Amino acid sequence: MILEVTDLRKVFGSHVAVDGVSFGVGSGGSLAIVGESGSGKTTCARIVAGLERATAGTIRLGDLTDKSDRKSRARMVQMVFQDPYQSLDRRQTVASCLDEVLKFHGRDERPRRTKELLDLVGLDQRHAKALPKQLSGGQRQRVAIARALAPEPRLLILDEAVAALDVSIQAQVLNLLADARKATGVGYLFITHDLSVVRHVCDDVIVMHRGKIVEAGPVEKVLTSPEADYTRKLVGSIPRPGWVPTRA
Amino acid sequence: MTLALATPLRLPARRLASFGWATTIAGVICLLVALTALLAPWIAPHDPTAVDPLNAYAPFSAAHPLGTDDLGRDLLSRLIAGSRTSLAGPLVVIVLSGATGTAIAVAAAWIGGWFDAAVSRVLDILFAFPGLVLAITVTAVFGAGFLAPVVALSLAYVPIIARVMRAAALRERSLPYVEALRVQGFSGWHICRRHLLPNLAPLLVVQAAISFGYAMIDLASISFLGLGLQPPAADWGLMIANGQPSILAGFPQQSIAAAVAVVITVVAFTVVAERMASR
Ligand SMILES: Nc1ncnc2c1ncn2[C@@H]1O[C@H](COP(=O)(O)OP(=O)(O)O)[C@@H](O)[C@H]1O
Ligand SMILES: [Mg+2]
Repeated sequence: MILEVTDLRKVFGSHVAVDGVSFGVGSGGSLAIVGESGSGKTTCARIVAGLERATAGTIRLGDLTDKSDRKSRARMVQMVFQDPYQSLDRRQTVASCLDEVLKFHGRDERPRRTKELLDLVGLDQRHAKALPKQLSGGQRQRVAIARALAPEPRLLILDEAVAALDVSIQAQVLNLLADARKATGVGYLFITHDLSVVRHVCDDVIVMHRGKIVEAGPVEKVLTSPEADYTRKLVGSIPRPGWVPTRA
Repeated sequence: MTLALATPLRLPARRLASFGWATTIAGVICLLVALTALLAPWIAPHDPTAVDPLNAYAPFSAAHPLGTDDLGRDLLSRLIAGSRTSLAGPLVVIVLSGATGTAIAVAAAWIGGWFDAAVSRVLDILFAFPGLVLAITVTAVFGAGFLAPVVALSLAYVPIIARVMRAAALRERSLPYVEALRVQGFSGWHICRRHLLPNLAPLLVVQAAISFGYAMIDLASISFLGLGLQPPAADWGLMIANGQPSILAGFPQQSIAAAVAVVITVVAFTVVAERMASR
């Protein structure tokens, strides 16, 4: 296991955002957390990433201890955020953004490594010189994924990483994520409110509702024979083949 | 800066800056003034301190395009020589106050909590205190000259710059890319230096350019009160002051020439600054 979360609890003021949640991700594994907006998914992600402190519960991340510094933590866990438009420094070109991370983590042959990372996420040398504003949302999210993979983390948290993208672009990025996992052996903690995207990327899934886990199991099983009422409702809302999207 | 001057100067400047031609003219004037200051010793037709009592209050002529003052010194040469200290003063003020104000602002926004609360409190108090009065008091205590008024005025400008920059730094800090950098493991120092500051730089340049005009007026006022550079130095504020007896004698050209130089320079810099601000 690279990630083991036990009885995680997070309270904001008097509001319980995460209420006794336990889950784990195996080495190279892939766990989805699904649930509607406000169910506490992002809070779990931010605590695992070290951006927020838990109120109670334990988190074991590989061989990290309480005394591990931020740099070793960064080599264990990385995160891709929802908003591709603001999660890159607008003044930094793609290449310099990746180079900065590689340099910080003491990687050799940085230009070669930068090119490898761009290849991995389906970008080329032309994109390397671009500023974020010259890229589309999907391309920016690819850059964010490349940046997160640069320190070669064991676990990658993706918080609604495709939610802001068009459906066709979503499919491309999901494929890319599935390929990147095979290529690098990184584990995923894949967070989404949209059950229809988990099948592409994840082996296991937990369903959260109001800060609690209502169902957990292999993706195939949860999608085909959901046990909890709440999961049935979520599964029922997935578009079926032959379904025609309505334009908003 | 001096709040009484702030609005009457910025509003028309902003209106002028909305015209392309006005901004172009203002830009050319800024360039010419800066060049004049750089090349002053080589382009001044006469020695600005050469006294010639027999030639006092000479009228406009080819040899003395602006005439001479009460001691027979060439006014054009004094105006050109004076551009150096008259520009250097505000320049030092905006560099000192810009650097200090931004450092305080970024530190407050980054550290947050009680530190930010305390800094904001102190800035509010300093902000309420008239900067020019502070500068005059400090200068009166530490002595007239170039340095004392400039340092005092820099201090007085710190809260103004810091306030604007702190608000911008807070906005910048809340952008998701900063959290992404933290997850990458970067230190707060690295993030502030390599990401926050470069992103805040354009705003700082605009802020400094706007302050330049006010600093020039404030420093001229201090010179006018006799607390700045001392005679026989050529400085525009000092020239306005020293020209007063000549006005009574019926020769107002020294005060007028220096005042016109101040006004034109201030307006030109402010128009260019407002143009940058509106982008
Ligand atoms: N910083 C915060 N302060 C107060 N309440 C918060 C904060 N972050 C999240 N919450 C609350 O915690 C609950 C869970 O939020 P979140 O983890 O973002 O859910 P999700 O990602 O599943 O939409 C929500 O009710 C939200 O309003
Ligand atoms: Mg969320």
